[in-house]
Amino acid sequence: MDGLLKEYLPILIFIGIAFGLALVIVVASLIAGPSRPDPEKTSVYECGFEAFDDSRGKFDVRFYLVSILFIIFDLEVAFLFPWAVSLGNIGLFGFWSMMLFLGVLTIGFIYEWKKGALEWE
Amino acid sequence: MIVAALAFYLFSIVAIIAALNVIFQKNPVHSVLWLILTFFNAAGLFVLLGAEFVAMILVVVYVGAVAVLFLFVVMMLDINITMMREGFIKYLPVGALVGGILFVELAIVFGSWAMSPQSEALRSAPVPEGISNTEALGNILYTQYFYLFQGAGIVLLVAMVGSIVLTLRRRPGVRKQDISVQNNRRVQDTLEVVKVPVGKGLAS
Repeated sequence: MDGLLKEYLPILIFIGIAFGLALVIVVASLIAGPSRPDPEKTSVYECGFEAFDDSRGKFDVRFYLVSILFIIFDLEVAFLFPWAVSLGNIGLFGFWSMMLFLGVLTIGFIYEWKKGALEWE
Repeated sequence: MIVAALAFYLFSIVAIIAALNVIFQKNPVHSVLWLILTFFNAAGLFVLLGAEFVAMILVVVYVGAVAVLFLFVVMMLDINITMMREGFIKYLPVGALVGGILFVELAIVFGSWAMSPQSEALRSAPVPEGISNTEALGNILYTQYFYLFQGAGIVLLVAMVGSIVLTLRRRPGVRKQDISVQNNRRVQDTLEVVKVPVGKGLAS
């Protein structure tokens, strides 16, 4: 247990360094950077012309579809990791168990391919 | 092990602050960003417990995927904050009633909370000795919990089919590139060489 946490200590140190560095950069630019705003400088800039619309616009629902399909295959890969680690212990049954799982998801994959959900138009 | 204790307090305090910010933010997009910070800190707490696989999955699946999905949903809602404030007084009695009922129910549940002795024993030995957390999961997930694992696969399949059925729309009149049609075109189908007699032109 202690050995495991010792292996994670460098990551903690790096997180600390990253946060410290980010803080230093933000605070330093806040203190040292010149700030002389005027109405033109602080106005909304959109490629040189007036902003068309509010930035809180609606998103196309197809982004949502792409991300949900991404999550499903993300989870499939998440299941593959422990299987790959302990494949030597779980034998042939474990192997075919995963093959069945992958087969079920491959049915879905073929469905979405044939439906054209992977294409953007 | 003072570092582990310090890390525990750091992660848990930041997690609680971020979780409070999730519910107190006015802007729902900011709420989702605080939720991502909460997920990261929960992952840190899992690492401290020795459940490294769960921690990594929390980062990969929740931060990488679910948070993005939440952001999409929040952005699709198209929330106008000033319009949301309008009905505050009107909906206050109903909201207070529902919140009060929920609070009483939670108080009853927590009041009658009792820890079974088995769970205490389970909690103090979360990781089997000698093997890593990932391997311990893999040893039982695919064989002992075969039906649950396949059930997870079916749930994912249903989610995939359902999301496609609900959200896939074909827009008419979109000119798409069809590569197989392009590759199967031959010169004879598209090009015709015509001998034009002099002075007569092409009688079409």
